[in-house]
Amino acid sequence: MDRRDWVYGWLLVLPAMVFLGLFTHLPAITTIWNSFFSTPRGRRPKLFVGLENYQRLLDDPVFWKVMVNNLWFALGTIPLSIALALIMALSVQRAFAGRALVRMAYFTPTVLPLIAVANIWLFFYTPGFGLIDQITGVFGLGQSNLLGSPDTALVAVMVVTVWKEAGFFMIFYLAALQTIPPQLSEAAKIEGASAGTVFWRITFPLLMPTTLFVSINAVINSFRMVDHIFVLTGGGPDNASSLLLFYIYETSFRFWDTAYGATLTVVMLALLGLLAIGQFLIFDKKVHYK
Amino acid sequence: MSGFDKWLGHSAALLLALLWVLPLLFAIWTAIHPVAFEARFQLTAPLTTENFVKAWQAAPFARYFLNSFILVTSILLAQFVLCTLAAYAFARFRFPGRDFLFVLVLMQLLVMPDILIVENYKMIRALGLVDTIAAIALPYVASGFGVFLIRQAFMTVPSELDDAARVEGAGVLQVLWRVYVPLAKPIYLAYGLVSVSHHWNNFLWPLIVTNSEETRPVTVGLSIFASVDSGIEWAVINAATLMTSGPLLVAFLLFQRQFVQSFMRAGIK
Repeated sequence: MDRRDWVYGWLLVLPAMVFLGLFTHLPAITTIWNSFFSTPRGRRPKLFVGLENYQRLLDDPVFWKVMVNNLWFALGTIPLSIALALIMALSVQRAFAGRALVRMAYFTPTVLPLIAVANIWLFFYTPGFGLIDQITGVFGLGQSNLLGSPDTALVAVMVVTVWKEAGFFMIFYLAALQTIPPQLSEAAKIEGASAGTVFWRITFPLLMPTTLFVSINAVINSFRMVDHIFVLTGGGPDNASSLLLFYIYETSFRFWDTAYGATLTVVMLALLGLLAIGQFLIFDKKVHYK
Repeated sequence: MSGFDKWLGHSAALLLALLWVLPLLFAIWTAIHPVAFEARFQLTAPLTTENFVKAWQAAPFARYFLNSFILVTSILLAQFVLCTLAAYAFARFRFPGRDFLFVLVLMQLLVMPDILIVENYKMIRALGLVDTIAAIALPYVASGFGVFLIRQAFMTVPSELDDAARVEGAGVLQVLWRVYVPLAKPIYLAYGLVSVSHHWNNFLWPLIVTNSEETRPVTVGLSIFASVDSGIEWAVINAATLMTSGPLLVAFLLFQRQFVQSFMRAGIK
């Protein structure tokens, strides 16, 4: 090890580390720190309150509501997006007339801003006037208010999420499918295996690392994607479609209760930490690589 | 597989694709036709640009576009510089604390600035930068993802090339600029496309740190324009929506192959 290497190495990483420290590591630490204090208001400085914010968290019905919503959101969007992504990838794997167009159709929603996607879908959902009601109206069905009713608001948000995400996950499957040697399925077919057997016994197991990679991305996204909620429902009605990050935003920037906002962020950090540990364990054991 | 099976598979693919692109086609339909044809689909419906003109005049979209443009280019340039330097250090220099620092970099893949909004806002306020374009950009300029991606590319550069350049008397930064950066061009393209589309589309953080026309990017501008309950027609809102997605959509249609490959490359390495 050369002394000069040390200096160069440190100087080269310094600028990036300064910005990373200022906007990722330091905020992560102060988030935890501030969760033990009260929110400073006007001239009143922040006070150490111990675990009071966490007690409030446990007693806060809205917190539990958004946690359950987030769970449903993840369960409803992740498996469906991944299944659709796999179907899409398989359907454009082989060449046929119009393949490029089909692939483009699948992928285009990924390129659009989520906020724009939400605007487009709002046009469908609007009661009475929206496209869904115009279509159901033709069949003589009554008006629906998918976004305004607590039972369907979250589902309506989830549909938009799946539409936006599936095409994105598809490209990872497309890449993975290219690495599977065609001899494998050819050999299986000579042995008389059906298309279904080939898929479940050869293709699907070999795609396992991709599925895991995509799942982790999908879980992270399920915490992070809230832009469309601003447009579609604003979290309502009665928090029926609010998610954790959206609640953090509302608490911190609408009610300016930053201490409680920090406490909610700690929950988010803990969940992401669990995800990281889980990922580490699964990557080590369950997935067999070539 | 029999011919019929194949035909069936392809028809299903086409059907799913049609279903997938339908929402976008509807948005385009309403945007380029007069309001009277909003939900009347006749091939003879007259075309119009009126909705786009109305949207453009109803809100300062020119300014929003300029802000977004400044935002994504400055983020991209800063990311290229910072991530390249750090990636070079991690790939080719041995120094104490290197592995620890690299773990700190990787942590950002999970704990993104997107979720640290509360404390990052305090940081920006402490720096006196609230309501500036710099405030939107700063949390993202040191990208853990960028460092990781570029480092992977640099590690594949044969060290003989590096040594040869040094023998000829090139300094550390000259080697980086003349040997490493040119060889990593495809990665820069991939990362650039991902970064630009991500920050053009970003909404929550800009919403928090901006509060004036002079700093708002198009996403925030669009949400304000569309959320006003002033009875703006759907056709006009759809026109505005398409307008804000327009640059990316056009870029995507032109560079479809590069886009897909970039996202793939960026995701897998």
